[in-house]
Amino acid sequence: MVTLVEDIANPESAEASSVKLQVRNLAIRYGSTTAISGINLEVRENEIFGIIGPANAGKTSFLKTLNRMNDFSSDMSVDGDIMFEGTNIRDVRNVYALRNRIGVVFPLPVGLPLTIYENVAFVPRLRGISEKAELDVIVERCLTRSALWDEVKDRLDSLGSLLSGGQQQRLTIARALSQEPELLMLDEFSIAVDPVTTMRIEDVLKELKQEMTIILVTNLVQQARRLADRTAFFLEGQCVEIGTTEDLFTGKVKDSRTTDYIEGRFG
Amino acid sequence: MIRSSRQSAGNLPDINQRNAAWYIDKLVQYLVFLSGISAIVLIVGIFIFVTIEGLGFLFEDFSFREFFLSPWWEPTDDDEPTYGILALMAGTASVTGLAMLVAIPFSLGSAIYIAEFATGRKREYLKILIELLAAIPSVVWGFIGLTIMNPLIIDIFDVPVGLNILNAGIILGLMAAPIMTSISEDALKAVPDRYREAAEALGGTRWQVIYKTILPAAKNGLLGGVLLGVGRGFGETMAVLMATGHAINIPGSVFDSVRALTATIAAELGETAVGSPHYQALFTIGIFLFSITFIINLTADLIVRGIRKS
Repeated sequence: MVTLVEDIANPESAEASSVKLQVRNLAIRYGSTTAISGINLEVRENEIFGIIGPANAGKTSFLKTLNRMNDFSSDMSVDGDIMFEGTNIRDVRNVYALRNRIGVVFPLPVGLPLTIYENVAFVPRLRGISEKAELDVIVERCLTRSALWDEVKDRLDSLGSLLSGGQQQRLTIARALSQEPELLMLDEFSIAVDPVTTMRIEDVLKELKQEMTIILVTNLVQQARRLADRTAFFLEGQCVEIGTTEDLFTGKVKDSRTTDYIEGRFG
Repeated sequence: MIRSSRQSAGNLPDINQRNAAWYIDKLVQYLVFLSGISAIVLIVGIFIFVTIEGLGFLFEDFSFREFFLSPWWEPTDDDEPTYGILALMAGTASVTGLAMLVAIPFSLGSAIYIAEFATGRKREYLKILIELLAAIPSVVWGFIGLTIMNPLIIDIFDVPVGLNILNAGIILGLMAAPIMTSISEDALKAVPDRYREAAEALGGTRWQVIYKTILPAAKNGLLGGVLLGVGRGFGETMAVLMATGHAINIPGSVFDSVRALTATIAAELGETAVGSPHYQALFTIGIFLFSITFIINLTADLIVRGIRKS
């Protein structure tokens, strides 16, 4: 862990840090429509990897393949390799265990039809933790980290699906944290959250990257700038650019479209 | 341009003139209104009719104590006819109870399979088959009880009579299962897919997701389905008449023959003199049955409606 923390302190030396996820030649099609193709990238341990790009660039489709959520839609076909800790995700033998290790936060929050408490205790319970005291600690820790604890601590027994949109989103973040995932994928998490709370969650994410790898898909270019160590720019199903966030935002790019997008000339 | 397109559209209707379309609209409104309230008229009418027919008995020979607490149903006894429905209630309750034991796991299992696991064509075929199963006439089920189940039970359990609670309970359970499956499957399908995907994305297996998320979310609809099955069990007549053995008896085991409330009415009503105490007593049973099934169905309906709203 010590070496990893050092890596974060010096993004330049990130080359040396180990690779968490390696994507080779990834292509996704829906029926005969190609969503993304020829994606090659790697995500390193304990970095925040930003993905920006306009609508329809294939960002969400990309995320779906990483924890095999593509299994849910039968018309979605995937080609290429996604290596996660030396195993091709497409060949894993226990997809449930894979998903257990990868946390996801969807753009529109899905509070499960359970109480707030049970929403956060869901994964710990799946893992066999049944002692109330132990669960209490996990629930409080996760809700505090997702900046929701103060608002809900007096009504943990009410339904999670009855919270406001922004609160539900923080609930889903708390739920993802309860997985203690190695890889956390956030898909436009701030879409339903007010700016102040967004900033609080962003602070939490900066802390979290010491413990996990984070992939952050965002429509807010400035959010990527604030958080990401490296950023990829997706456009029309292609990965146009990958680089350190600093390079991307200071114009050191290979493709001029990247700067055009970042500076708001299209998209 | 505008003028010419108006001319080609034919004569414009006069806003102060009611035309054929206006009258047809009114007529259709009245017709569908009549069809709509006919259900209310019918149900109230039936209730009034049954009550009037049973009224004489209720005011003269009826004793609350005897009617509900006496096991002796001897309306044709010349010296001292007794009208106790305790044994009949025990018959109906025991058969319905066993039927639910058979039907609940069956229907819940198939509903979970159809709603959560089956896909595409398999799912469609299964749904059609289950609706077909629901359409089998009850006399056919009774026939199966009489000719197949009866000797089977005698053989397997080495009992003298195969027409008993076990026989009728299984038959009735199989009869109630399709409707319970349909309702339960609707309830499961009403749980949005985003819950399934969210829970699966958290790493839950299919069964964990169903057990911990989908079933709790659908529990009202599932309960409604079970209650409709119970209502079906209470009201079913022909199959029960044929498969129970039709013997007045407070049962001690599932191998005892019993007689159901409904079957009693069906078997005896044709042989009583209209207006006699026996005739009126049968109608009093009718009032009782009507009230119970009404309450069960109403409860089921309210529960199912409750989930549709939320």
